[in-house]
Amino acid sequence: MTQEDNESAAAIRVENLTKTFVLHVQGGARLPVFADLSLEVAAGECVALYGPSGSGKSTLLRSLYANYKPGRGHVWVRHAGDSGGGWIDMAGAPPHRVLEVRRRTVGYVSQFLRVIPRVPARDIVAEPLHALGVPLADARARAEALLGRLNIPAAMWDLAPATFSGGEQQRVNIARGFAVDYPVLLLDEPTASLDAGNRAVVVDLIHEAKARGAAVVGIFHDDEVREAVAERVFDLSKERGAA
Amino acid sequence: METPSPLLRVRNLTQAFGPLLACADISFELHSGEVLGVVGESGSGKTTLLNCLSARLTPTNGIVEYDLRGRGLTDIYALSEPERRLLLRTDWGVVMQNPRDGLRMNVSAGGNVGERLMAVGARHYGAIRREAEDWLAKVELDLGRMDDKPKHFSGGMQQRLQIARNLVTKPRLVFMDEPTGGLDVSVQARLLDLLRGLVRELRLSAIIVTHDLAVARLLADRLMVMKDGKVVETGLTDQVLDDPHHPYTQLLVSSVLQV
Amino acid sequence: MTRAAPQSESVVEAGYNFAYLDEQTKRMIRRCILKAVAVPGYQVPFGGREMPLPYGWGTGGMQVTASIIGRADTLKVIDQGADDTTNAVNIRRFFARTAEVPTTEATAEASIVQTRHRVPEDPLAEGQIIVYQVPQPEPLRALEPREVECRKMHAYKEYGLMQVSLYEDIARFGEIATSYSYPVMVNDRYLMSPTPIPKFDNPKMDDCPALQLFGAGREKRIYAVPPYTRVKSLDFDDHPFAIQQWEEDCALCGAEETFLDEVILDDKGGKMYVCSDSHFCERRRAEGHRGRLSEGAAKAYAAAVGADVEEA
Repeated sequence: MTQEDNESAAAIRVENLTKTFVLHVQGGARLPVFADLSLEVAAGECVALYGPSGSGKSTLLRSLYANYKPGRGHVWVRHAGDSGGGWIDMAGAPPHRVLEVRRRTVGYVSQFLRVIPRVPARDIVAEPLHALGVPLADARARAEALLGRLNIPAAMWDLAPATFSGGEQQRVNIARGFAVDYPVLLLDEPTASLDAGNRAVVVDLIHEAKARGAAVVGIFHDDEVREAVAERVFDLSKERGAA
Repeated sequence: METPSPLLRVRNLTQAFGPLLACADISFELHSGEVLGVVGESGSGKTTLLNCLSARLTPTNGIVEYDLRGRGLTDIYALSEPERRLLLRTDWGVVMQNPRDGLRMNVSAGGNVGERLMAVGARHYGAIRREAEDWLAKVELDLGRMDDKPKHFSGGMQQRLQIARNLVTKPRLVFMDEPTGGLDVSVQARLLDLLRGLVRELRLSAIIVTHDLAVARLLADRLMVMKDGKVVETGLTDQVLDDPHHPYTQLLVSSVLQV
Repeated sequence: MTRAAPQSESVVEAGYNFAYLDEQTKRMIRRCILKAVAVPGYQVPFGGREMPLPYGWGTGGMQVTASIIGRADTLKVIDQGADDTTNAVNIRRFFARTAEVPTTEATAEASIVQTRHRVPEDPLAEGQIIVYQVPQPEPLRALEPREVECRKMHAYKEYGLMQVSLYEDIARFGEIATSYSYPVMVNDRYLMSPTPIPKFDNPKMDDCPALQLFGAGREKRIYAVPPYTRVKSLDFDDHPFAIQQWEEDCALCGAEETFLDEVILDDKGGKMYVCSDSHFCERRRAEGHRGRLSEGAAKAYAAAVGADVEEA
């Protein structure tokens, strides 16, 4: 691909990314979010996306995960997959490649847990690991360890989280995001509805991920958490361009 | 990086009914293990497309190729009719919206599941029965109902039986037309969860036609949005639903009631 | 046992064609028979004619017999194994009058045997033809009502569905309970209904030296099993095909390995089992074989069912 081997420290490289929403339902209104944005995150590094509400932090994070489709630019992710390794452009790869990258390389912790009817908390957390071929028993053991660390009582592991509180759901979501040792982790306000004790657990989890070489990109509304985990801040308010 | 050859490849598929184009120039590929959702409102050509893809309606134009075991990508409409019928009851499955179209209502649940085994030569009653039991358990049907006829089953049970009947030959590709249509919401949730689990566990590839975006989000890796016989938008399911680009998709997504 | 043809005024002279059907119709049916013989077990459609009796009384079998019978033939007609029941008597009389051929009750003496629902106990020989009357030629009909789909299943040899019906039997009754019209594969190719003969007779169809022809009048189909053709009854590996067994022997002739009919003797639960093949049973008794029933009872039975009554 276009990347040089000596840039091996980088895990994710954003090049000239531009995102504009066009709202056809509202008369074709155009909403530019950012333009020609570039960013590189190294393995073991944590970058905090920063900026006021509406500055496009979430949009950028979702674009990195290919949840949003940018208009222009590239999101290169270094991926070691079934069919050989290399750099894959999340903004342009065919869907089955993107899915493969999501399975192995890029993890994403959203703000809210998407509850699946009838699936118990333990299996929600174990699922991404099991999908990688890890035996179900091992995946469940890992899930239980994470749920335990995040202070979800064992009595709740067999329950579907539909009836859990917001904070409990968020902790299940975090456990799911950290179940696989992804080389790239995207975190969208992971500590938003957590108490101090659980915030500290999440900070520890992020430190551990970095220590094993994960590149982390996150949105942290909590200054204390951000300062604890991030090497760098990427300020989106300076990126707002004439898209 | 080498991309493996697709399981199904569709090129310029067009199905005309007189002057009406039910499907217009549709091309896509489906890879092994992928679940493709086809969404759009009634009359958008979804079911016609599914019929064309599943060798049950010869398209007016275009080519549908399937990666036949041992033969590679093969034009399914160049196969002889018995070859197509064999494909439909072995390596493929078709789950119909109306279980009446997909089940033999006067044959017991066990017989419905066993039929596909017997069709490919199984002649040991005990083995057929054990396999049928296994599948009925997988779709969470009470084994006590194994010898009952599906005409006495509820809609949700009939649909689960239809799934067992299709999966018993371990197909690689399953076509589903509104698999949860006409079911109560709670019954739908159970069926969806079951389907989701089976698709993952068996690494099935599937093409699911639905007008229900929640069903699509739960089951499909990828979506194809149809309107007036044309594909107006495609992409990863969450991409299409969270960041729709085409005006029609935006309308479709914004029309869903939030619970 | 051969009865001479009636000496009365010839019906042929009275304006009927030989064996009732006109020659063109017979040729058409013979062509269908040839095709049926060439493709064993395949149902050949034919242009069925109206016969002077209702559908269900053997119109298909009669048209086949009428098309193949010649002046040198000797005809035997049975209904459920008996030569002397209404259907058999009438059809025999019909051909005696319209074709002026000799008739017989002895299986070995007949060149053509027309039958409804039985195969005679005496083994058939080379040169003989057995003509079955067929109410429903399509073995798949009860399972698959669509005619086009049935034909495709035959064409592509997709017979899993027939197996399903046997599966259903075992699931419900613990065994294959189908006791007549038991489906068979002919020449390893076509699924065929053996007509409503008891499955007891199925093994007689296999590798049979005689030509077997089948005529369905209402459905207008002819099919055939040529001599020495493999006819296999469907089954499961763990539920092999088996014929009916009786704990008793024939009460009249003592035969041990024949198909037996149950006969109620009184209103106190008294009953006996006798050979369904009336000629076979009679011959054995003439040869001195005796069953457990007394001579007197045998006579009473004979009188009650009208056996030994000579035809007019």
